[in-house]
Amino acid sequence: MTTRNDQIERYTGSQRAAHWVSAISFILLALSGLALFHPAMAWLANLLGGGQWNRILHPFIGVLWFLVFARFALPLMGSNVITGGDLKWLAQVRRVLAHDASGIPPVGRYNGGQKVLYWVLLLGMLVLLASGVVIWEPYFADRFPVDLRRIAVLAHAVTAWGLILSIIVHVTASVWTAGSLTAMVRGKVSRAWAKHHHPGWYREVG
Amino acid sequence: MALQSLDIERRSATTVPPPGVRTPAQVAKLIDISKCIGCKACQAACLEWNDLRDEVGVCHGTYDNPTDLSAKSWTVMRFHEAQTADGRLEWHIRKDGCMHCADPGCLKACPSPGAIVQYANGIVDFHSEHCIGCGYCLMGCPFHIPRLSQEDHRAYKCTLCSDRVAVGLEPACVKSCPTGCIGFGSKEDMVHVAAGRVAELKERGFAHAGLYDPQGVGGTHVMYVLPHADQPELYSGLPKDPTISPWVQLWKGIAKPIGLAAIGLAALGGFLFYVKSGPEEVHEESEAGPGGPASPGGAQPPAGGR
Repeated sequence: MTTRNDQIERYTGSQRAAHWVSAISFILLALSGLALFHPAMAWLANLLGGGQWNRILHPFIGVLWFLVFARFALPLMGSNVITGGDLKWLAQVRRVLAHDASGIPPVGRYNGGQKVLYWVLLLGMLVLLASGVVIWEPYFADRFPVDLRRIAVLAHAVTAWGLILSIIVHVTASVWTAGSLTAMVRGKVSRAWAKHHHPGWYREVG
Repeated sequence: MALQSLDIERRSATTVPPPGVRTPAQVAKLIDISKCIGCKACQAACLEWNDLRDEVGVCHGTYDNPTDLSAKSWTVMRFHEAQTADGRLEWHIRKDGCMHCADPGCLKACPSPGAIVQYANGIVDFHSEHCIGCGYCLMGCPFHIPRLSQEDHRAYKCTLCSDRVAVGLEPACVKSCPTGCIGFGSKEDMVHVAAGRVAELKERGFAHAGLYDPQGVGGTHVMYVLPHADQPELYSGLPKDPTISPWVQLWKGIAKPIGLAAIGLAALGGFLFYVKSGPEEVHEESEAGPGGPASPGGAQPPAGGR
């Protein structure tokens, strides 16, 4: 962060590691969860070694995801407070997607879409953790009344569905926004990238 | 136990029709509660035929032993004493176990292909080698019947002796019953037998005697003759109008196709958006400035991606 042509650090090494551990966990969770959700996806259970292994590993990967994601995301909470400018950004997201964002308030470290994703993931993860514990065989499920387990398993499925959709949007947006993937793999972005996508943040760190 | 001689009507987590060229008679077990003396011969016969040895429990001061179903006790007698309006004692003894629903909640909930099947004759059977131990069948069942083994993490319940029935024998409990309280045959015949017994009970003063064949689960292949059919709860909590829980219906019904379709469409939509719209690229030269931020009024397309 010194000379003009230097790149700016956007994510530290441990943040990147945490992001990718939670990304891999999420993919494994989504695939093993879909195997339990729909018969058409049941073959995915083979990914983790068959039905029994799928059932055994899914919740443990879930806890790993919770811990790593929480470690990664909680320190970023301050950068994800939704402001009036973010609401304007969200209201005009169509223009952003059409490569035309004139007149939209300058974006800070994260834009409105990223902040919404942040809160959806964080809250969704808490619902998944709580409902997942309630239906976790053989350790916890028999401690809860069966009607609560029925509600929990539905909440788990619906929330997971919401998060999978959110992650599809997240992946699409990060591939579409050239340079983002590099930011999360190598940790650095160009000054031009920062000024273009996150001028408010650039003003602070550039 | 996969039995080739029994055709399959429904198979868990399977979207294509299971093999079923034959149309065998629907079978049923009829338990006449008014004839039960609580001897537990059926419990012993069940353990013996299925070669199960449950842990020897302790006396809880009641006749219930074991006090509940388990992965190794697929049927138990439930004893309940009640006082009638005129001060007499009534002893309600109910042989509890799988009801073999025509619309089985366990099968509907099961995520493992072929772990639960419904044979064409109506028997609902667990193929434990395919069971993954998730406990979904416990949530699907409206009668609280299946139990997960803590030893092998698979669910178990009464098979209605599908192995015996397949070769033309009656279930072991039926064979052992000394009072003729448990009958077995075609469902049609059992309904007929029950009607005769209900008429007898009504003559003897049980005005609300009736057959328990709950239609909320499509009828069952284990039915009870109840002296007080208007109050099935009297018999150790037999549910009055059992149905598959609406939560389970939602989860295993509409949520499945909608969830999968939305995920597929979102993935396709994201890909097509990228293909049509192209990446949002930043050109170094156009953005290069003297280290300061872009002017607030200028073009600043802020976009997604972390």
